[in-house]
Amino acid sequence: VPVSVICSPPQNYPLYIRSVPTENELKFHYTVHTSLDVVDEKISAMGKALVDQRELYLGLLYPTEDYKVYGYVTNSKVKFVMVVDSSNTALRDNEIRSMFRKLHNSYTDIMCNPFYNPGDCIHSRAFDNMVNSMMMQVC
Amino acid sequence: MEGLTLSEAEQRYYCDLFSYCDTESTKKVASNGRVLELFRAAQLPNDVVMQIMELCGATRLGYFGRSQFYIALKLVAVAQSGLPLRVESLNTVKDLPLPRFVVSKNEQESRHTALYSSDADNPASYSGVIPPPPGRIQVKKGSVSHDAVQQRTSTDQQESTSPVVSPQQSPPTSPHTWRKHNRHPSGGNNERPLAGPGPFWAPFSEAQPGSSTSSDPIWSGHSPPPHQENWDQTTVRTVASATTTNEIRRQSSSYDDPWKITDEQRQYYVNQFKTIQPDLNGFIPGSAAKEFFTKSKLPILELSHIWELSDFDKDGALTLDEFCAAFHLVVARKNGYDLPEKLPESLMPKLIDLEDSTVIPVISEVGEQTGEVGYSSSPAEAPPSKSPSMPSLNQTWPELNQSSEQWETFSERSSSSQTLTQFDSNIAPADPDTAIVHPVPIRMTPSKIHMQEMELKRTGSDHANPTSPLLVKPPDLPEENKMSSSVKFTAGNTVTDGYSSSDSYTSDPEQIGSTVTRQRSHSGTSPDNTAPPPPPPRPHPSHSRSSSLDMNRSFSVTPGQQQAGVVAYPPAVPPRPQPSQGAGPHVHRPVDAEGLIAHTSTSPQQIPEQPNFADFSQFEAFAVSGVNKEEDDEIETHSEVLQVEKPSDSASSLRVAKADGRVEDKAPANVPTSAGKGTTPLAPPPKPIRRRLKSEDELKPEAEEHTQKTGVIAAVLASQPSIPRSVGKDKKAIQASIRRNKETNTVLARLNSELQQQLKDVLEERISLEVQLEQLRPFSHL
Repeated sequence: VPVSVICSPPQNYPLYIRSVPTENELKFHYTVHTSLDVVDEKISAMGKALVDQRELYLGLLYPTEDYKVYGYVTNSKVKFVMVVDSSNTALRDNEIRSMFRKLHNSYTDIMCNPFYNPGDCIHSRAFDNMVNSMMMQVC
Repeated sequence: MEGLTLSEAEQRYYCDLFSYCDTESTKKVASNGRVLELFRAAQLPNDVVMQIMELCGATRLGYFGRSQFYIALKLVAVAQSGLPLRVESLNTVKDLPLPRFVVSKNEQESRHTALYSSDADNPASYSGVIPPPPGRIQVKKGSVSHDAVQQRTSTDQQESTSPVVSPQQSPPTSPHTWRKHNRHPSGGNNERPLAGPGPFWAPFSEAQPGSSTSSDPIWSGHSPPPHQENWDQTTVRTVASATTTNEIRRQSSSYDDPWKITDEQRQYYVNQFKTIQPDLNGFIPGSAAKEFFTKSKLPILELSHIWELSDFDKDGALTLDEFCAAFHLVVARKNGYDLPEKLPESLMPKLIDLEDSTVIPVISEVGEQTGEVGYSSSPAEAPPSKSPSMPSLNQTWPELNQSSEQWETFSERSSSSQTLTQFDSNIAPADPDTAIVHPVPIRMTPSKIHMQEMELKRTGSDHANPTSPLLVKPPDLPEENKMSSSVKFTAGNTVTDGYSSSDSYTSDPEQIGSTVTRQRSHSGTSPDNTAPPPPPPRPHPSHSRSSSLDMNRSFSVTPGQQQAGVVAYPPAVPPRPQPSQGAGPHVHRPVDAEGLIAHTSTSPQQIPEQPNFADFSQFEAFAVSGVNKEEDDEIETHSEVLQVEKPSDSASSLRVAKADGRVEDKAPANVPTSAGKGTTPLAPPPKPIRRRLKSEDELKPEAEEHTQKTGVIAAVLASQPSIPRSVGKDKKAIQASIRRNKETNTVLARLNSELQQQLKDVLEERISLEVQLEQLRPFSHL
């Protein structure tokens, strides 16, 4: 169950955050925010390999509840973080990658919209639909 | 059709309507769209309308001529009177009321109503579709209705946005409101005597007073006219046509599709488009469109949503169709209609012929989806082309398919429309800490996108994705060519005697074909790679002899090792196989390596080196048993094993060796083997000598920077060349060699799969190691 998805610009405030099981949402929000720091670290650690598009996160396994946090950074330093339930072992790396790719694509679509100012929160219905369908699909 | 006798009033009325429908001023043919709108306005059920159309002969003719039109109108009147539709009734029914075409009401915003009233105040112009007050009507006395219609249209266009928008109030009529008004007209009609043009206005006059929601001064304007019995006939006709246009448009729109763009609307949109972008085939950039639509004073959020809906190909710019759709949505929104979740059918791009419907369209489901305009599947899963799932649409989208060609018709950008909007990754933020660099979408051709994808996959060393390695880089394609030729060479070489060489040659193309097919199949998932893989070379009868192989190509990438291999062998003893053999493994290597992920790191290459090497030997041993070959005197350690094999086997085993893949590491291993193979006696001396010479010549100029893969291919090619040439046309030998090569082929394929599996395992190891490494790394920063 991909419990939450967040995308955030370099300033690390969320442009969009969505959780599927809405209980404990706050906890997932917290998790996602903390993971942003780790993503930042990875970015800075990468150094030259700036173009590396995909980041696979297998860390951040809480001892109490298993869930995995995946991160993804775009060229423009927009971070996507996804928290997925570990019990969902059917989720393979490829699927996570494809989900991130979908997110990235939808994000670029939003960017294409001249009425969208970069830095605004994302209110696009299309984006919402895409994220919802993606999360439903994994559930 | 039998002669139709019309009363004078009918005559005039029909003439009016015909002129209204005669959008192209042909005076002979009524525009199908208008006619259908008219019929819909008649409030007749669809089947009745169909029947009418059949009866009047329009279905037969395909268009509405004047007579057909008149007949149809008469039949409408008949139907509206409740009489059965018969051809005989045309002339037999007397005192038939004029056909009634009901206009629909809709909620008009006060802005528009004010507009209309302002128009009404203007005696001079016919602006808007409102019939002017009686005074104006007299001004129009004697004007041809035909001209009036056109004039009205032109004046519409001259106006600013809001006036022109007003006619469009008609389309998005809420059906329930419309129906409510309908009750009034029908009631009114029944009561009023339909003696003249008056009845035509009956609906409005009845509806107006009765309508509680009618807030349109427009229609109230109609009230006085209907009551005037002393109108000039022509003016009435004028007014009738003017109003009819609007009403019927409303009716038709409300009947079938609130989102349909009418002619006037479309024309207006096109004009507006021209003001921004003179080229109708060009695009309006996003910024310009933003400015333009911001003028409509809609909230940014809604404009953003409208943009999402209408920018069909997601490229940040609007084509004419997209612009019209966006404009229409803006208009609708301004009139209080909620934006749909997805683009309605009638607004989808490629809607060029909005009113050309030869058949009454089935009431299209409003909001029928264009499907997810977003990316429904990631490029990894589906072709890079973004293909919205198109549910059944009323309009045919002949080009629509899952490939990227589906948008080609309506926009030259279409080829990329289905593809990912890629960002120009070269835009590096000047300061990484600055805000998001506004990404610049670059239009990607499918092939380019695919290449990028492949790059992504490659960098990610996605071993799970078998497609990436095959399509890793363009060198694949030239390699393919080399491979094909090299395989041919190999085939030639594998034959011990002249005959068998041809056989092996013929079989090798099959190998090539299989490899190429393999590549092709992968490229199928990502269409339009930089260039389609060359078709599997089919051996021509002459191929076995002719060295159609491009020696230059085959040896173009001989790595230094090959030359070493070549040089290593003294030309003395049948050196012929040597260079060929030497080339063989290298040739094979690239061929198989293409099936593997290209890894640049050497460490993983080292790892599989050993086990693969072992496999190689095993395979060689296996291959040896299959084919009978000549044996060479000179044998190196490896070569011994190899040389024992038949040339065909050596070629295949070389391929296997190559499959082990990290080319550099393999090179030393392969060199001896190739050298050994080189010594394997193949064809009669003259051929090998020729080959050697040729291969040497080829190899020498080789640049060392060529990948070993291609070099291996070249080597294989080199090993084969002369034999096919010199081989006779012995069919039996050819067939035998074909069989042999097929066997070799299957063996190689099996080996290939094994090696690929090994490769995958190795890659997984590597990834896990990397992950561990990365896990350790962050802590170093703390």
